[in-house]
Amino acid sequence: MPSLPPEGDPAPDDGALPSSALEGLGSRPFGVYVHVPFCSTRCGYCDFNTYTAEELGSGASRSTYADQAVAEVRLARRVLGDVDLPVSTVFVGGGTPTLLPPGDLGRILAAVRDEFGLVDGAEVTTEANPDSVTPPSLAALREDGFTRMSFGLQSTAPHVLAVLDRTHTPGRAVAAVDEARAAGFEHVNVDLIYATPGETESDFAASLDAAVASGADHVSAYSLIVEDGTRLAARVRRGEIPDLDDDVAADRYVQADEALTAAGFAWYEVSNWARPGGECRHNLGYWRGDDWWGIGPGAHSHVGGVRWWNVRHPAAYARRIAAGLSPAQAREVLDPDDVRVEHVLLRVRLSEGLPLDLLDRAGRAVAGRAASEGLADSAALGEGRLVLTRQGRLLADALVRDLLG
Amino acid sequence: MAPSSAPQPGSTDPSVIRNFCIIAHIDHGKSTLADRMLQLTGVVDARQMRAQYLDRMDIERERGITIKSQAVRLPYRTGDADYVLNLIDTPGHVDFTYEVSRSLAACEGAVLLVDAAQGIEAQTLANLYLALENDLEIIPVLNKIDLPAAQPEKYAAELAHIIGCDPSTVLKVSAKTGEGVTELLDEVVRRIPAPVGDAAAPARAMIFDSVYDTYRGVVTYVRVIDGHLAPRERIAMMSTGAVHEMLEVGVISPEPTPSDGVGVGEVGYLITGVKDVRQSRVGDTVTSARNGATEALGGYRDPKPMVFSGLYPIDGSDYPLLRDALDKLQLNDAALVYEPESSVALGFGFRCGFLGLLHLEIVRERLEREFNLDLISTAPNVVYRVVMEDGKEIVVTNPSEFPTGKIAEVHEPVVRATILAPSDYIGAIMELCQTRRGVLGGMDYLSEDRVELRYTLPLAEIVFDFFDALKSKTRGYASLDYEPTGEQDADLVKVDILLHGDPVDAFSAIVHRDKAYAYGVQMASKLKELIPRQQFEVPIQAAIGARIIARETIRAIRKDVLAKCYGGDITRKRKLLEKQKEGKKRMKMVGRVEVPQEAFIAALSTEDSAAAKPK
Repeated sequence: MPSLPPEGDPAPDDGALPSSALEGLGSRPFGVYVHVPFCSTRCGYCDFNTYTAEELGSGASRSTYADQAVAEVRLARRVLGDVDLPVSTVFVGGGTPTLLPPGDLGRILAAVRDEFGLVDGAEVTTEANPDSVTPPSLAALREDGFTRMSFGLQSTAPHVLAVLDRTHTPGRAVAAVDEARAAGFEHVNVDLIYATPGETESDFAASLDAAVASGADHVSAYSLIVEDGTRLAARVRRGEIPDLDDDVAADRYVQADEALTAAGFAWYEVSNWARPGGECRHNLGYWRGDDWWGIGPGAHSHVGGVRWWNVRHPAAYARRIAAGLSPAQAREVLDPDDVRVEHVLLRVRLSEGLPLDLLDRAGRAVAGRAASEGLADSAALGEGRLVLTRQGRLLADALVRDLLG
Repeated sequence: MAPSSAPQPGSTDPSVIRNFCIIAHIDHGKSTLADRMLQLTGVVDARQMRAQYLDRMDIERERGITIKSQAVRLPYRTGDADYVLNLIDTPGHVDFTYEVSRSLAACEGAVLLVDAAQGIEAQTLANLYLALENDLEIIPVLNKIDLPAAQPEKYAAELAHIIGCDPSTVLKVSAKTGEGVTELLDEVVRRIPAPVGDAAAPARAMIFDSVYDTYRGVVTYVRVIDGHLAPRERIAMMSTGAVHEMLEVGVISPEPTPSDGVGVGEVGYLITGVKDVRQSRVGDTVTSARNGATEALGGYRDPKPMVFSGLYPIDGSDYPLLRDALDKLQLNDAALVYEPESSVALGFGFRCGFLGLLHLEIVRERLEREFNLDLISTAPNVVYRVVMEDGKEIVVTNPSEFPTGKIAEVHEPVVRATILAPSDYIGAIMELCQTRRGVLGGMDYLSEDRVELRYTLPLAEIVFDFFDALKSKTRGYASLDYEPTGEQDADLVKVDILLHGDPVDAFSAIVHRDKAYAYGVQMASKLKELIPRQQFEVPIQAAIGARIIARETIRAIRKDVLAKCYGGDITRKRKLLEKQKEGKKRMKMVGRVEVPQEAFIAALSTEDSAAAKPK
């Protein structure tokens, strides 16, 4: 969650969507995102919409959250109508979802299943802090219907974890992956963060090795971003920590791509690698412009060209839900040009590539030049798709600006 | 109000007239003294008194300097006689030497006003010399004697030494408290000669100032030498022969007051309805259109711009506004010249010529303040005369016009600079002038611990940052004055700056061959800091002709991608893209290189932009 939500148009209290958004509903994959806005401590680099117990104040609590989430699932069903809309993917993120009382995640999932149904082979993921799971709790999640676990490994170097304020011990994430596999989770992701000040090439190599060796079939690797308003930003400003170096980040990205490719992973999105069949379908939905409903404080949704986002604070969210109102704070209805811009912006990040027919003539010329300069794959271009090379992925945002003129 | 017995304009006996000015450095209290004189002579009462009444323009008030002179008629009774004192205010800055000289030429005497805590400054000294050249009677005065830091004895000795008088004749006043000001007025009456002229001769009046007024058109200030000028008369400007009907004649006391005319020795104003100060030029002689004088008063000179700079609107769509604004300013500024030019880097703008750096700074500031324009000005340069081997001569007012062919000689303007400073700093000043290609002309001790250094310097060497350097090397104690004295041959070359192989016209400069390398290195490294990394490596080169003399490289950017999507907040991602695209639109393209406007501004504004504000 960003520090500040975008401005937008007012969203109606009943959450109703324009009829244009409901057209074709069900013909596109439909996902549900559940945001769990609780953490036991806040990491120094994090600007996500999450709250520690002290930050939460009165008016919201972890123990009542599941009921509110279930209520929003039911609201979603009312807004979307009776159309047959089985859910392809569910993703519970945070925050730290596993901080909820045992059984709550299962209850929310059950509500999704009750209201919409799940497609066969639906992907159901939850994020988890490695410290907050145990073999029994993992078994229970599996029992509830979760199929995929996502753990924050970040780094195996203690001095890097210290800069990030991460509390878990380095070995714990790897053990958690093992335990998840043992509990029957076929798909497990680990998150890595690279280019943290003080992290060396060999530190990151060790983290990559651990991720590969853990048995996870999916790795998300993110370059650390110093977000405004975070403790990390303050420490950088005070000179306690050196600022990030984009050239180092580029080196690390190349290192990650090389190591993961060598280990049998393939990139399918700029920051995501998977073994065959391990791609996160929920994540792909974001980049492909599919429909999803975001449940919970600050969660973002997209249905048929309408994007909206919920009020951010758990207490405000709780109040709106209790009053029977949509928790949406604001929304925007995309015009056809916005839609095209988003498609270019998002789909260019995928290994399946950007269909060239989404570009105008000038944009296609830019795509051609990108291929000639080694930023895009020439063979794919011949087949009508813009697929970025490793160098192109590192310059994706600059390329998008050029593509859209 | 003036006493009723006071002589009336147009019929004042020249023998009771005293025309004088005050020569002073800014801050030495000229305006305060003028205020006090206005009060003591009853022209302005205390209630009407606006501090520094004579300085009208905002910029003048804020900078504490007088750009445009005016003249005030002060009726003054002392002993049993009525007198008319005409106080002619002089511009206080180096760029306006010519205007100062005309104001001085309108006077028979001058009050040399010096801060009793600071002593004389270079410009004051220069103006004093001008006054002496004009045979003015000098009344030395020390001001601010009420200040605890005042050293009247010391500076009286200094003044006496400079003028060649007895230290005891130096008057001591406090313009602030009024102490000694009456005595000063009496001294003006006693010592300054009355004007002499031929009342029966055809009228001849010298224009010493010309100001554009929105409501009245051009107001021309004159000093009558011979004859008489009356309203409704047709007058001729002797330099051009242009004839105008005089709509109004009058004197300032302290507001414009129409009169039946002005006669020999008097100082007044004329309004003819012309709209452009170019038609009424400082130094010109006004005469009657019929049976006028045949010989003009001497000393007229066309204003000659010495320093040029390109002025460009930061927002290209402001170009027409800038043109209109320059048109308007020119109505009031005969020395301002401009013509359209375009720059690859900066778009459309104007190459403007100025009398000097302060003039440039004032024009720029007025454009920004009064016309609400945001401007970039290119580094100021002087005018070069380039003689080719085939004898052809080219006048270069913009480095981009510097010829590439076989050059025989390059001539650059030089100035005679006068620097006054405590003697402790002689070494530092000499060192500085040395690096600026200065040639020492002479050195004098004004007093035990103050020296006057006279240098011949290339004007180009002082338009950049000389004044700042001088101030910092002398802890602010040195003062500077200069006047153009001609030109000299010099080994000058044009240094071009190339970005990814393309020359950037705005950064070309004409510099001495010995300094070309330093300029190239400095500019290249500055640009390296200012230009963001591109998707490809960008060499920055400095070159003389085809020869590269310095090189820096902006490494290619390797990473420009946000790793994550913030939990499905695609809106934020799209907005960020829109913002970046907006930013990209504001970039100027130099070949394939995107250069932010700010980089041009920063590269062109010398850290020493304060150099453009000498005092």
